[in-house]
Amino acid sequence: MTVNAERFAGLRVGEQLPGREHTPDNVQLMFYNAALWNGHRIHFDEPYAKNVEGYPGLVIAGPMLGDWLHQCVEEWLGEDGHIFSIDYSNRVATYIGDVLTAGGEIAALNVETMEVEIEVHIKNQSGDVVTPGKVVVRFADAG
Amino acid sequence: MGGLLSEELLSTIGRRSEPRREIVTRRDIRKYAVATGNRQRKYLDGDEAPPMFHVPLFWDVVELGQLTPDGVSIDSLLPKFPLEKAMAGGLNIEYHKPVYPGDWLTSTRTLTDIYEKQGRSGSLIFYEVVMDIVNDDGDLIIREKTTRILR
Repeated sequence: MTVNAERFAGLRVGEQLPGREHTPDNVQLMFYNAALWNGHRIHFDEPYAKNVEGYPGLVIAGPMLGDWLHQCVEEWLGEDGHIFSIDYSNRVATYIGDVLTAGGEIAALNVETMEVEIEVHIKNQSGDVVTPGKVVVRFADAG
Repeated sequence: MGGLLSEELLSTIGRRSEPRREIVTRRDIRKYAVATGNRQRKYLDGDEAPPMFHVPLFWDVVELGQLTPDGVSIDSLLPKFPLEKAMAGGLNIEYHKPVYPGDWLTSTRTLTDIYEKQGRSGSLIFYEVVMDIVNDDGDLIIREKTTRILR
């Protein structure tokens, strides 16, 4: 049995992935938007975000939360498999100062394809799910 | 029938962007990995691109004069919609092959659907854009489908 198959055989529906807390600050948000070349003012111009758009603070870019869903799964997975697909949506806006926690739980196992379906989420400090998603991981050896 | 979607608007379904070809560099991977708080060495060192690296790689680069006052670039793939307030959207991404520094990738975006639904407080317009990313051999590397909702 390969390492991947051994790991897969030990998985159970309902198994929780380790959570991770994110507390993004202005520097991280600036780096993220600079990496994208995203000039949207709501992410770096605080007077604009508050006074013109009426937000309580600088808005965290939605795709960064999507990235954290991937990280949550990959840190749990290690090199034993790979993410094949993700579905997620940004449901609630998040802001600098929020405490955001990524987590997940195994929702389904497909023994034939060695695929695992994982429900993932980002929650804010109030416990609201701001970014729900579903990730499909493949444990089958590549090739 | 909601009637918000004219024949002219619906005829833009299938519209496709010009392909864009970009090179993956170790430095860009490292910057993205740091920015997202990634903790895996292979990404922080830029040995392999993390998932979602295609987002910075293919974000539109436009000149300053082409940005709207709020700093956004106008997506020329999209028609003018009768509703304009964007609500939460969703993303579906498939990863078919890993991405490494030195790879040349080409993305093509297609407006694949526009439809209308009745929400609690009136009509909503949904549209879908599919971005296909291929390598120089034409192999599909990543497929991303974005669904956006307008109210």
